[in-house]
Amino acid sequence: MSIRRLLDTEPRVVTAGVDVLADALAAQAVPTLAVDWRPPLPGTEADLARVLADPRRPDANATAVERMMSAGAKLVDVRPASEALGLTPGRFLHAGPPITWDRASGPMRGALIAAMLFERLADTPEEAEVKLAAGDGITLEPCHHNRAVGPMAGVVSPSMWMMELRDDTHGNTAFCSLNEGLGKVLRYGAYSPEVIERLDWMSAVLGPALQAAVRRHGPIDIKAIIGQMVQMGDEGHNRNRAGTLMLLRDLLPDLAEIGLPSQDLASVARFIGGNDHFFLNLSMPAAKLASMAASGVPGSTVVTVMARNGTDFGIQVSGLPGQWFTAPAQIPEGLFLGNYGPEDANPDIGDSAITETVGLGGFSMAAAPAIVRFVGGTAPQALEATRLMYEITVAENPAYAIPVLEFRGAPTGIDVTRVLRTGILPIINTGVAGKVAGTGQVGAGLVRPPVECFTAALSALAAAAPPLPAS
Amino acid sequence: MSRHVEIHPGMYRDSVTLMQISASISQRPGVRSALVAMATDLNLSLAAGMGFSLEADLTPSDLIVAIDAEDEATLAAARAAAEAALAERARATGATGQASDGVITPRTVASAASRLDDATLALISTPGRLAYLDAMDALTSGLSVMIFSDNVPVEQEVALKAEATRRGLLVMGPDCGTAVVSGVGLGFANVVRPGPVGLVAASGTGAQHVMALLDAAGVGISHCLGVGGRDLSAQVRGASTVAALDALDADPATELILVISKPPADEVADAIRAHAATLSTPVQFALLGADQPDLTEATAEVLRALGRPVPDWPVWGQTSDQPTGRFLRGLFCGGTLCDEAMVILSERLGPIFSNIPLRPEWALPAFDSFGTDVALTGHYCVDFGDDRFTTGRPHPMMDGSLRRERLAIEAADPEVGVILLDVVLGHGAHPDPAAELAPAIADAHATAARDGRQLSVVVSLTGTAGDPQGRDRQAEALAKAGAVVFASNAAAAQHAATLVASRTSSVSAEIEGAGR
Repeated sequence: MSIRRLLDTEPRVVTAGVDVLADALAAQAVPTLAVDWRPPLPGTEADLARVLADPRRPDANATAVERMMSAGAKLVDVRPASEALGLTPGRFLHAGPPITWDRASGPMRGALIAAMLFERLADTPEEAEVKLAAGDGITLEPCHHNRAVGPMAGVVSPSMWMMELRDDTHGNTAFCSLNEGLGKVLRYGAYSPEVIERLDWMSAVLGPALQAAVRRHGPIDIKAIIGQMVQMGDEGHNRNRAGTLMLLRDLLPDLAEIGLPSQDLASVARFIGGNDHFFLNLSMPAAKLASMAASGVPGSTVVTVMARNGTDFGIQVSGLPGQWFTAPAQIPEGLFLGNYGPEDANPDIGDSAITETVGLGGFSMAAAPAIVRFVGGTAPQALEATRLMYEITVAENPAYAIPVLEFRGAPTGIDVTRVLRTGILPIINTGVAGKVAGTGQVGAGLVRPPVECFTAALSALAAAAPPLPAS
Repeated sequence: MSRHVEIHPGMYRDSVTLMQISASISQRPGVRSALVAMATDLNLSLAAGMGFSLEADLTPSDLIVAIDAEDEATLAAARAAAEAALAERARATGATGQASDGVITPRTVASAASRLDDATLALISTPGRLAYLDAMDALTSGLSVMIFSDNVPVEQEVALKAEATRRGLLVMGPDCGTAVVSGVGLGFANVVRPGPVGLVAASGTGAQHVMALLDAAGVGISHCLGVGGRDLSAQVRGASTVAALDALDADPATELILVISKPPADEVADAIRAHAATLSTPVQFALLGADQPDLTEATAEVLRALGRPVPDWPVWGQTSDQPTGRFLRGLFCGGTLCDEAMVILSERLGPIFSNIPLRPEWALPAFDSFGTDVALTGHYCVDFGDDRFTTGRPHPMMDGSLRRERLAIEAADPEVGVILLDVVLGHGAHPDPAAELAPAIADAHATAARDGRQLSVVVSLTGTAGDPQGRDRQAEALAKAGAVVFASNAAAAQHAATLVASRTSSVSAEIEGAGR
């Protein structure tokens, strides 16, 4: 759009501000579109001005989101964390930004207790708790610092088996544990004997079987499955039913041919097919690969990580790689299981918001209208949610096309400046963990990040932006 | 006494819309006061001044509805009217956040730009301290931008214009009130015929006046590109003027370019003139101020350059009345027109006091509520478009109530002989200014007549036959009310000066006669 074209064609005008000026254009039959303008979040004006003046920003954001969307994701192997990530006994990964035992929430503590029991570092939950509190020989690190992501508590210990995903476009690798299913599970903070028994079986049977099958099959294109699942009613975060079944479809012949005892084959097929969330632990590392590719573009205001540890919500932005901007995590709103209610809910927890970070989950809610029953809404609200997210994102991902929106690409690449400019916070679909360690899942719903994460990121971006040119 | 305060968190309406709603609620019978406004610091202090107590934690994103009425029934009706007016604007603009089919309204310029196919321009009139955000959003979306907002910091203006230069786009403004692009009027703009003259204007009303005079002479314009009042300052260095000159030079419809501006900073003037000399299209300059040709003369020069005759500029009404009072009072909406009038008046009458004085020593004493309570003496001209009158109320080109109040005060002053007014028509201006001003002029004459005085009212009318208000209909209504109406602002000022001077000389003659 050059000045020359401005003068050579009939004006077509975007208006923002006083209605009477837009009305005057309408009276002249000029095509116009009025911005539904409102002031930015109070207190952010100066930082917004500074960041929007950064001449690197438009190209940097375009680059970041192009990398995000061009990242591939192939499942190439399944290996124990000790081998895949070099984890040693006593070293645990967890979801969200860094956390210490003393600040850890109930479900995070419960998951760590479960991992201690599973690794046979303690014989009883009480012993595990004492050792974790003492901290001797115990190290806690975010999954995100180790090329990994973990749902809910996201606790990874050396004996857990990890899916290994590869982005050939950018040469990155990301990892995620195997999904345990719903109910009383480690990732929701449960550590009862059934939890540990299931983890033992997953290490003894499920992990090795998947390893053999994946190695026999060769790389499985997870990104392609995600593209199909969003056309089949999944959004890749709280609904993974189609994705899980497509994965099983791809792997089952190889599972059958690796020579498993028929009882194990049946239990593996039953476990995967019976756990609608099995594919979550593939959509998440696929999203992590997209996030890794987009990270580190100087001047970019695109969000590359949203993650919660049950105490804090943290985000990272492309232009300031590795820096966390945190604020207290909030309680999700939604539906509760059985007799549980909001008073039983722990604050938001899990790395799974990595899916929203790259345009899936709540951002693709329009693709999964069935999800709204899970989170207590109506089908039109699912469409609205996705449409609203276009207002804070910089691109649309054609690989994740949403049928009901005329195959419009998923809203991708959250721009910190647009979040604060519009006051629209990202919509995240999430599970809800019980706040007492050992409880497990109590519900599912929607949550928004605390706005302070975004104002803090904006301030840091402003501080890193070049000053306005001297006049 | 019945009071009501309600907060709508997160509801936003623009200030002009809210001022219109406030005014319409305030004018309802039985309503003592009403404020419908965003909870800015200014509006919160207004509300406090009106005796409303508000929560402490309001932000500018919250909308206040505060009404004080004589009784409950009046209050309820006023509340309903306010809610209806707010909902009306929502329907008209789609500003509901989302329509019933789940379509989300665009919340940013970038979002709107992506939805309006082949968008070419953004028109930004958001609050000045925030306009930069929206303007930058427009530029990075590939749109040229007109910034109507004022009070944009100059360093932000420089940054925006640097970005526009990088992208080959044009920034018109900030504080750009007028532009015409391919026949479309933006902001305050007159309906003019297409033609050979391209305007580059740092003054909105100056550009409107030249366009109206050219139109009266039968000459149209190709485009009028505003650049903002500071463009030719030492800080901004003519960034938009250069871009606009280049664009008009490349425009096949433009045969002659006229630059309308205050005299540029010295170092900028040379650069602009040197740049203009490199263009294939001839460039003329209409520089505003003392020792410069006035806008009427600059327009005549354009006509001569085009080989077109210079007409007698239209005049409506009787020009022969002889005022009783000895002082002139000018009450203006357009700052440039006020400025030009003061240059002409001061050459013939000496000091002209003003809130925008030609010389510092001619500054009017400070006044808070100029509408009512200040008695002054001497010749003076007031620019009602000055910031101190437009904070929290619409521009006088849209709403002439404050000026009409002052007109009545001046008419009652026995020392006042001549009242000089400007009226500006076109898109964005009041839909029928004569309907309000003509009765006020008739009242002014009646006030003077009751006191046995003769008052002269002179009007400078900037408008075209094609304007929605109709220039001739406006002129005739004003003339019928007893004004003499000039299409040329310079001619209006000259006439006013002549009336005052003739009064002075006839008084001198009387004194001489008495002495003999």
